Amino acid sequence: MALINTGYLEYEELKNIQTLPDEERYQKGPVAVIECVQEIPCNPCEAACHLGAITIGNPITNLPTLSGDKCIGCGMCVARCPGLAIIIVDKTYSDTTAAISFPFEYYPTPVVGEERNAMNRKGEIVCRGKIIKVVNPNSYDHTPVVTVEIPKEYSDDVRTIERI
Amino acid sequence: MCLRVDNHVILDCKHPNKEVEISVDGKPIRAYEGEPILAAVLNAGIKINRYTVKRKEPRGLFCGIGQCTDCAMVVDGKANVRTCITPVKAGMVIKTQNGLSKGA
Amino acid sequence: MLQKDILVIGAGPAGLAASIEAGKLGASVLLVDLNMQPGGQLFKQIHKFFGSSAHRSGTRGYDIGKQLLTEANEANVEIWMQSTVIGIFPGNKIAIEKGFDDGKKEIITLQANKIIIATGASENAIRFKGWTTPGVMGAGAAQTMINVNHVKPGQKIVMLGTGNVGLIVSYQLMQAGCDVVTLVDAAPKIGGYAVHAAKICRAGVPIRLQHTIIEAIKGTDGCVSGCVIAKVDEHFQPIPGTEETIDCDTITLAAGLKPTMDLVKLAGCELTYNGVFGGYIPLHNERMETSCKGVYVAGDTTGVEEANTALEEGKIAGISAAEDLGLISSETAGQYRKEIWERLHALRLGPFGEKRMVEKEAIMKQYKEKIGAPEPIL
Repeated sequence: MALINTGYLEYEELKNIQTLPDEERYQKGPVAVIECVQEIPCNPCEAACHLGAITIGNPITNLPTLSGDKCIGCGMCVARCPGLAIIIVDKTYSDTTAAISFPFEYYPTPVVGEERNAMNRKGEIVCRGKIIKVVNPNSYDHTPVVTVEIPKEYSDDVRTIERI
Repeated sequence: MCLRVDNHVILDCKHPNKEVEISVDGKPIRAYEGEPILAAVLNAGIKINRYTVKRKEPRGLFCGIGQCTDCAMVVDGKANVRTCITPVKAGMVIKTQNGLSKGA
Repeated sequence: MLQKDILVIGAGPAGLAASIEAGKLGASVLLVDLNMQPGGQLFKQIHKFFGSSAHRSGTRGYDIGKQLLTEANEANVEIWMQSTVIGIFPGNKIAIEKGFDDGKKEIITLQANKIIIATGASENAIRFKGWTTPGVMGAGAAQTMINVNHVKPGQKIVMLGTGNVGLIVSYQLMQAGCDVVTLVDAAPKIGGYAVHAAKICRAGVPIRLQHTIIEAIKGTDGCVSGCVIAKVDEHFQPIPGTEETIDCDTITLAAGLKPTMDLVKLAGCELTYNGVFGGYIPLHNERMETSCKGVYVAGDTTGVEEANTALEEGKIAGISAAEDLGLISSETAGQYRKEIWERLHALRLGPFGEKRMVEKEAIMKQYKEKIGAPEPIL
């Protein structure tokens, strides 16, 4: 597995390990993408989803599986995942752009309207992105969830924004 | 030099206690009452707490939890005080420790 | 002489959990710790914990710490901070150097019916040229400075080690506003959880595997001004000609932890060596009792793991001590322990946990064969 040698996985590699949404599901609207790839004892995402779209079961080291039919891309699981491994991808945001929502625990928290570099899993700058939403209610416990608008072709690559 | 963490998404970095003055090798520095002496000293840019007995080598923060004794300094005349687990009090007189200092 | 049902040494997750369980069952509990604040290393854990909902997963470490302190208070646990156990004698007599708020210290002797040792673990050092230079420190030390004391250990950091501690502390140093230049690890694989490594990678910080630090460079001020790293061969030896100099003012070492054995040895508990658990550990049974009757252990002292396992083992130790004091029937205690062991098993599954599960069972087996029934402190 490339991951333990590099620290990150390419989208294609991820597909072999995790149940990622298929293109058909992406076209229906925002959906959770769970990039959790190791059997570690952890299951808060399962309880975070009120719609029962995430299943881990017993033992708690099982990888989570997402039911794309049940997931509405609400993002409740994003801030709850201790590994910061869940993002919401909306490939229907506009004709040319997608919206990626991800946890971002660095200071300063971006503000809506701000432009920042959007980064891939390797930390490489992929494109510019515009912050369109920042949510940080008490229930997220200091894990702000930031949504960035990016050109649609990068929606499987962009996973965060640059720290400043 | 100031090394305080002032802004943080998760932590509330406001110190609950009042700011006081202590001195290190005769130089006054600001500190928060109750914080470890080591934190105040480090924030003032002082990274050397003591020099070893034989080779006179500098030592500083290493374990941060009272186990290694590398951060020992002379505090109010008392030598071998582990500054990482000793709280600041207003007016403390702190000195860099040389070897097995007898204090004072 | 002061009398207590139970003396608990170490106010981290294991010691607190043990104190709370025993206190709730009606034991008079004294909890002592040499640090300024109780909570052990929980208050520097600002990330959300893994585990199951039974382990308050998704909750940040410091919030778990706060909750434990409230529960300890409700269970009437007496806590002495800045207090160090300096002697353990036959008849469970204990000498403690008790610290007071005004900085004074006093030697107190007490007799405790039962003793629970939960003294945690300490960080391993890695030796290279210049490793004692101010600016080289444990990763945990750096974590304490930023997250508890809110002071950065430096501005530019090089982290040695990619286990969970190395990865998590690197992330937290960035959260505190430090510049993490790179992570270096002699192993060909990342040691910690992939999700932690992924955070480091997408932040654009390079992880250099099969590399090590061969020298800390000392600046004119006597402190770290950089380091020399090099590639290593399959025997972890630096390959000449691959050296590279990196600018930094801080080198943090995340090379694993080893159980703190001082008091376990002082009590005369039988030890065993276990590489998976970080070194020498006290032999113990499923009740967390050592070879010394009435002396129990919990948490990293019994083998380095994590806060969730420490909490569970602490509960077992507290319940067993209360059972031996006659505060709870053996049947009820056994039932509690069974439930806790089930949760512990769940935490020791998967590629990261299995080894610990196997080794834990081996240790209990060894206890049965070698010790059988525990004997009082000699």
